[in-house]
Amino acid sequence: MEWIQQLVNGISLGSIYALIALGYTMVYGIIKLINFAHGDVFMIGSFIGFYAIAKWELGFFPALLLAMAVCAIFGVLIERIAYKRLRNATRIAALITAIGVSLLIEYTTIFFRGAQPAAYPEVFKNKSFDVFGVQISSTSILILSVAVVLMILLQFIVHKTKIGKAMRAVSHDADAARLMGINVDNTISATFAIGSALAGAAGVIFGVYYTKIDPLMGVIPGVKAFIAAVLGGIGIIPGAMVGGMLLGVVESLVSALGFSLWRDAAAFVILILILIFRPSGIFGKNAREKV
Amino acid sequence: MTGNLLINVENMGIQFGGLKAVQGVNMYLNQGELVGLIGPNGAGKTTSFNMLTGVYTPTEGTITFDGKKINGLAPYQVTQKGISRTFQNIRLFKELSVLDNVKVANHSLAKHSMWSSIFRLPTHFKGEAEMENQSIEFLKIFGLDVYKDELAKNLPYGMQRRLEIARALAANPKLLLLDEPAAGMNPQETHDLMELIAFIRKEFGLTILLIEHDMSLVMGICERIYVLDHGQLIADGTPEEIRNNPKVIEAYLGEEVIG
Amino acid sequence: MKKSKVFWGYAVIALVIYAVIQLLITTEVIDMYYKNMLITMCINIMLAVSLHIVIGVTGQFSIGHAGFLAVGAYVSAIITTKLMLPFPLAIFLGALAAAVAGLIVGIPTLRLKGDYLAIATLGFAEIIRIVFLNTDYVGGAAGMQVKYLSNWTYAFFGVALTILVISNFTNSRHGRACISIREDEIAADAMGINTTYYKVVAFAIGSFFAGLAGAIFAHNFYIIQPTTFGFLKSFDILIYVVLGGLGSLSGSVIAAIFLTVISTYLANFPETRMIIYSLVLIIVMLYRPTGLMGTKEITDLFKFGKKGGTK
Repeated sequence: MEWIQQLVNGISLGSIYALIALGYTMVYGIIKLINFAHGDVFMIGSFIGFYAIAKWELGFFPALLLAMAVCAIFGVLIERIAYKRLRNATRIAALITAIGVSLLIEYTTIFFRGAQPAAYPEVFKNKSFDVFGVQISSTSILILSVAVVLMILLQFIVHKTKIGKAMRAVSHDADAARLMGINVDNTISATFAIGSALAGAAGVIFGVYYTKIDPLMGVIPGVKAFIAAVLGGIGIIPGAMVGGMLLGVVESLVSALGFSLWRDAAAFVILILILIFRPSGIFGKNAREKV
Repeated sequence: MTGNLLINVENMGIQFGGLKAVQGVNMYLNQGELVGLIGPNGAGKTTSFNMLTGVYTPTEGTITFDGKKINGLAPYQVTQKGISRTFQNIRLFKELSVLDNVKVANHSLAKHSMWSSIFRLPTHFKGEAEMENQSIEFLKIFGLDVYKDELAKNLPYGMQRRLEIARALAANPKLLLLDEPAAGMNPQETHDLMELIAFIRKEFGLTILLIEHDMSLVMGICERIYVLDHGQLIADGTPEEIRNNPKVIEAYLGEEVIG
Repeated sequence: MKKSKVFWGYAVIALVIYAVIQLLITTEVIDMYYKNMLITMCINIMLAVSLHIVIGVTGQFSIGHAGFLAVGAYVSAIITTKLMLPFPLAIFLGALAAAVAGLIVGIPTLRLKGDYLAIATLGFAEIIRIVFLNTDYVGGAAGMQVKYLSNWTYAFFGVALTILVISNFTNSRHGRACISIREDEIAADAMGINTTYYKVVAFAIGSFFAGLAGAIFAHNFYIIQPTTFGFLKSFDILIYVVLGGLGSLSGSVIAAIFLTVISTYLANFPETRMIIYSLVLIIVMLYRPTGLMGTKEITDLFKFGKKGGTK
């Protein structure tokens, strides 16, 4: 039973990773940039949710929507101000800029509110359900259902709407898409908006589930989500979901085996193994450089 | 002038995913020959070059060079065995000087060790001086010695193409593969280049395989020609035979008229 | 020979700088605070130059350099503190251990390209840190007590050795092989350069000197802790190389000196420091992505050879 309990915890954690990983994977798919600042958008989302619930006394769902909206705008701003000029820059320059943006967000936040953690208010009476001897808390059910709803919504946007079609076209070949009359800049901004909104949502449910947040909280989940995206095959949306869940479950199992201090190392070992043996990830296809 | 068999390609082919990009290619070059490889766009010419030089590993067939099987070797090993190449889309070391570009290719011929360089032992100075002299000799042949301290990216286009060949030559090849060496050149430059190729071939006893789009050029200087279309060899023979081959004419139909 | 004259010119200048500062330290004109800043500066220069050979020369984008710093620091600390062996031996073994770690990390990861390599090196650095964090022998999260053994002499000659070896390596056929990989890996391969070999060699040399810096770093303060060697440390080193100019040794040295001074003065305002650092990084990348010096060396700007020769 202990094992199933850990599995449930793993899925809850994994769905947070998956939500963040989606933003990574969409942005990478469309402009080939590892958006290091994505973990910090997650952090900002968490704080917006915190202020909305604790200070402005909004309910969970209004707070969630507010965080998503603010993060969407924030993500677009980051893209327009910092990344847009880098479209033709080297990958290294883009990566360094992204690291710079990430640190700027973190330390500006610390500068204004300090580095001390904040305690997330309780939004739901936490009840536990006993399902065949496994304790499942209402918050884990909440997390999972929010995550699943958002992922279904994303699938709908990507596959059934015009903007989704444009996103797929741009990620396939930006120049050809431009020739077909697609506004590439707007499409990229939309990608950032959607990805950031998902990260914002992840931030709020992270706060509700783990109850403690701080300005550097985005670093580790950010890197983990990136690992999840690579695991699933970067640029592939279902890959990010599966990768996130898988990583969450693996981490919980490592903890369950009594190696909780090695949990972070396990994620990095997975990353390195996947990069070395199957860099295109679980769902990816191998691409080779043209000579 | 031609001598023993230098390279023999048997049934060479490669698949990307499910797609057979090149298949069933048989070709050979004797020592000292100058052979052309032509074909319409997308026929698999550069892919064949990439297989011969180890960039791609053929999924079928064997390549025998100088009596030894070379498929499966890494590109640098193939080069060290004596095949060097130029690139269709010039790939010079842009931020290095013209001289250093050639020195890089000269690398494997020098013997001084890393330790001798780190501790600046006499063998280092001797080895570097030799590399410098040899590299300047190559530049002189191509009329590039006046540009030796210029960065490669600052050379005019035609000179960059020449530097590519000079660099390939500095790797001390027995077989030189030239991938569209005259691409983008004007007729005068092309003419000069052809004379240069003929000259270095004689001077260094080279065997040369040449991909070219400019038919008049290929017909003019090659002794034999292979024709690729849709990843398969459709003809081989002397320029005269190729010119009159109906399959070749068909493959090129709609393209420019053959020489 | 002309070249060796230039070398002796540099050597004389270096010795003069060393002697003058040593004299000022002995006579206490330079107090503890500035002496510490100078030693930190030397450590940062070693780190900058050791990463320069990996990123600037060979073009392999590593963002986990702090991992090798950690290996050098911990191994040397174990040798002096637990095994009671002399400090110079500890420095050497610390550096050697870091080089071995560099080989272990480099051999599997260096076939990756661009951002994938960056992430893999970041991952390895974190793993190294987590290993120290979970090893009770070296104190775990609480850290490890280390003797104070570093001084200006060790730091200065550490820098001199680092610069000498790395610039000698770079200005040889081996260094050119590495630069050709940075410029165009496929073409380098086609010219007969064993690209994997040279990438691993550059990585190992870089790790060796990061380990050397680590040994001096560990013995410059009374305690070392795993948190010191996190991603932010790697980022600090990265910014020296990027700001100075990818491919410029002197550029990375200048950036290391300059930023050490700035961060010493901002030591009490760590957030401000990080905000300035990250803004500088973003602005440099947006407006001058080659860094301040590009691939040029300071010696290209003024002909130093003649001056050095007359000494």
